Amino acid sequence: MDEGLYVIIAGAGKVGWNLARELLEKGHEVTCIEQDRRRYLTVEQELEHAVQYGDATELWVLERAGIQRADLVVAVTGDDEDNLLICQVAKEKYLCERIIARVNNPRNLEHFKLLGIQPAVSATDLILRLIEHEVPRYGLVHLLDLPEERLEIIELVVSDTAPAAGRAIADIGLPDGALVISVLRGGSGFVPKADTVVEAGDEVLVVLDPGIERDITAQFVGDNGHA
Amino acid sequence: MATSALGRGHTVSVLDEDPLSHERLDVELGSSWEEAGGRFTIGTALEIDALIEAGVEEADVFIASTNGDNTNLVVAQIAQRKFNVERVIARVLDPRRAAWYAEQGLQTICPTQIAIEQLQQAALGEVV
Repeated sequence: MDEGLYVIIAGAGKVGWNLARELLEKGHEVTCIEQDRRRYLTVEQELEHAVQYGDATELWVLERAGIQRADLVVAVTGDDEDNLLICQVAKEKYLCERIIARVNNPRNLEHFKLLGIQPAVSATDLILRLIEHEVPRYGLVHLLDLPEERLEIIELVVSDTAPAAGRAIADIGLPDGALVISVLRGGSGFVPKADTVVEAGDEVLVVLDPGIERDITAQFVGDNGHA
Repeated sequence: MATSALGRGHTVSVLDEDPLSHERLDVELGSSWEEAGGRFTIGTALEIDALIEAGVEEADVFIASTNGDNTNLVVAQIAQRKFNVERVIARVLDPRRAAWYAEQGLQTICPTQIAIEQLQQAALGEVV
């Protein structure tokens, strides 16, 4: 993102307008497309020529905005069908290399996946993930999720009743594909060895294959799942 | 389209979010749509559950003809790619998009294009 990109943003609502402003401040070239005349006139007072009036699902509107030379197309209208189709033509007709779609209704996410529109960003999903981060269920926090690479790192607080409490790393029945990479105790962290004894109250960082989280939770937190 | 297909002896299932369209079908037929053998599901086309309830999995033909091009283009592609319906047709008013999606392998019907051709013929006597 160092050199200036040409970015087309479909939709000048709260998301689109703020995104346009941020990208312009970072020195990128931006064209925002807004189909509501009144909204367009409001946004135009600030963005001036960086906003155009029109329906971004119409090909001529995209062409007028210069989609042929766009580095990135971001569809953030309030309508999922529109976002999906704007990204689909950007990618498949105009061969734009990078697209980002907003999903308003998380139930529509599967349609974006079906038609190959990725990444598709759902605010509801993001907030859910943040909630998981802030209010960890079962004392578990996702530090890193790389589904493509099939890799996850989670953080767990060892509970009093956990099978792992008071046992050496080597004696904890961890499934294949999981490794304790760090133990945080009394404000400092260290890399455990096979004979390191895990104590209740420790925070452990585990790297694992996706899908085996539950087995690990059972060892460090216990079956009832409450830390 | 629904009533004429039903009249020709096909099994027809209609999915519409507005119950009023059910009434319209009854009026067209002069009897109840269900009594005449039709199926009707209330729901929106982007809901997978509604599509399944309407019988998309058994359909030989799927016609997307809501009054929105964008909805038609999305739901037609869902029928095509998710449910593998053999014949899928989408009503698309925008001639350029109708042409482009047709190139991509989605059958489209463009009423605007048909009207343009008929108008040209009526006004200028040209056969396109």
